[in-house]
Amino acid sequence: MVARSSKAALWVFLAPVLCWLLLLIVLPHLDLLRMSFIGEDDYGDAIWTLQNYKTFFIEPIYWNTFLRTAVFSLITTFITFVLAMPVAFYIVKVVRPRLRGAMMLMLLLPFWVSELVRVYGWMILLRESGVINHFLVKLGLIDRPIEMLYNDATMIMGLVYTSMLFMVVPLVSVMESLDDSLIEAAYDLGSSKTVIWFKIILPHCKPGITSGSIVVFMLVLGNYLTPNLMGGKNSLWFTEQIYNQFIASFNWNQGAAFGFLLLVLSSLMIWIGLKLSRQKLGEVAS
Amino acid sequence: MDNDLSVVSLVKKFGDFTAVDDVSFSVEQGSFFSILGPSGCGKTTLLRMVAGFEAPTSGTIEIRGKDMAGVAPNQRPVNLVFQHLALFPMMNVAENIAFGLKRRKIDSATIKKQTDEILERVGLPGYAKSQIDQLSGGQKQRVAIARCLVLEPSVLLLDEPLGALDLKLREQMKVELKTLQAKVGTTFVYITHDQSEALVMSDRIAVMNNGRYEQIGSPQDLYHQPETPFVAQFVGDNNCWSGTIEELRGDTVVIKTDDGFLFHSEAQEAIAVGQRADLFLRPEAIRIEPDTKDELNIFEVTVKAILFDGANSRLLTVTPQEHELLVALPQNRYFDHIEPGQTIAVGWHPQAGVCFKAEAS
Repeated sequence: MVARSSKAALWVFLAPVLCWLLLLIVLPHLDLLRMSFIGEDDYGDAIWTLQNYKTFFIEPIYWNTFLRTAVFSLITTFITFVLAMPVAFYIVKVVRPRLRGAMMLMLLLPFWVSELVRVYGWMILLRESGVINHFLVKLGLIDRPIEMLYNDATMIMGLVYTSMLFMVVPLVSVMESLDDSLIEAAYDLGSSKTVIWFKIILPHCKPGITSGSIVVFMLVLGNYLTPNLMGGKNSLWFTEQIYNQFIASFNWNQGAAFGFLLLVLSSLMIWIGLKLSRQKLGEVAS
Repeated sequence: MDNDLSVVSLVKKFGDFTAVDDVSFSVEQGSFFSILGPSGCGKTTLLRMVAGFEAPTSGTIEIRGKDMAGVAPNQRPVNLVFQHLALFPMMNVAENIAFGLKRRKIDSATIKKQTDEILERVGLPGYAKSQIDQLSGGQKQRVAIARCLVLEPSVLLLDEPLGALDLKLREQMKVELKTLQAKVGTTFVYITHDQSEALVMSDRIAVMNNGRYEQIGSPQDLYHQPETPFVAQFVGDNNCWSGTIEELRGDTVVIKTDDGFLFHSEAQEAIAVGQRADLFLRPEAIRIEPDTKDELNIFEVTVKAILFDGANSRLLTVTPQEHELLVALPQNRYFDHIEPGQTIAVGWHPQAGVCFKAEAS
């Protein structure tokens, strides 16, 4: 009796999640998958075809964009990690516990504003007639304003800024479980600071690094707003290709194929990452 | 004999709080030195200053005659066994032990040889490939000590490493640590709040309270000739009476306790007639139903309870004025007839008691 009622309770709680997964994620994706294999024959009739996937490999612009997006996402993830590591260490180990909450809040604060507004904030600062150019000209450091927007460096900076929090939070939580005496013991046994970082702190933080990296990588790979606004037409982000197919060309079949290629790419990258760091998805997610 | 570690008028202040207050001591080469004190007495701070994790406010620390001021922990010839051991969970036993050796850029064949040797020495041969979480508490203990000893430090510092173990294992590790120290001949500086650990293992003990040293001496000295009331109470069990000095007779005094007894006792410091004083008496110094009455302080007490604890059994007794006294109860079957409620005669020799001037209150 008890077993049956607890089983019923489990289903009651599970039902909304399952509905959500099924209706909003699985079904639409199955339909997109079906669409990605549909094309038109010479008479304009719908037929099953691999044409949509073939187009991707035949047109260099598509797979170039695809590779570029993957490489830049990796670079962004790595930069975010390098920046977030000292930040997390500072928050957890250096700052007084009373200030820790305030520091976390300061990290969170920008995320109360929508991404769109934050990106426009950057654009106000960086554009040709923007704040930074204004001051540089005023100070006489440059003769005429420079266009700082619409290049790869600016775009990566924007992406790093957007992703920072998602790297810092898992790192902070994993670093909190690092016993100070481990660091002191390593120091006592003759290690330099570099050795302590590479032999003690980084190995301990591995699960946090992996989960942070997965989240950041996926967010960056699927980001549309930041590359589009800060990178402009030069950004060549793969999400823009998908958008163009769906919205500009009304070619839903092609767009669906691109979407699935992106899904395969991100899954593959994460799989490789987990294999390289010898971890399991379950361990990282917990 | 040379001193491995000498500390001269060491002071450490945290803001207004003085954690270590003008402490000086030296530790002979190859000896087992303990610092004993209640928690918060500054002993951990003292140890951390020797290891280099805290900088002293003033005073000097010398290790084998070299001043350690400004020397970072990773450059000091001392190693610390942490309270919770701080073994690296991401490495196995051999990697933990080899950690310090690798930092010295020793070739891997030598590292392997030394690691195996030290594992043999601490009684863990064949455990090199074990993960840390597979080890028992006592084994972790030995790995933590091996990890330090393999570096052949001038001084090995131990910060209450037995605190986390259960009682039985702690008793066993006490003996093991003492024999290990005798075997390797490294100078050990051991801090603890457990007087039994300190008494069993140490060659010399420093008793510390409120950041200051109360007394330094051999375990026997501390037990039999405490120099301060704190040491008398902290090291071993003691019965305490308050009273007034009635008479001086050479080395001994006559004290009238507040519950009306007149006792002859040794005085530890100069006391004048009429002064308030505290008298301390060990439970085992009190003889039950003594045969001879010469020179003994004899009085009667009522047995309240028998606290049976094997060789460490005691009687909880009260004087007619309800002053509680612990009396050692030897388990030699002579006293099996004693039962709660009985009144028995007890006596003690004047040399067994110590008198101190009462703390000004």
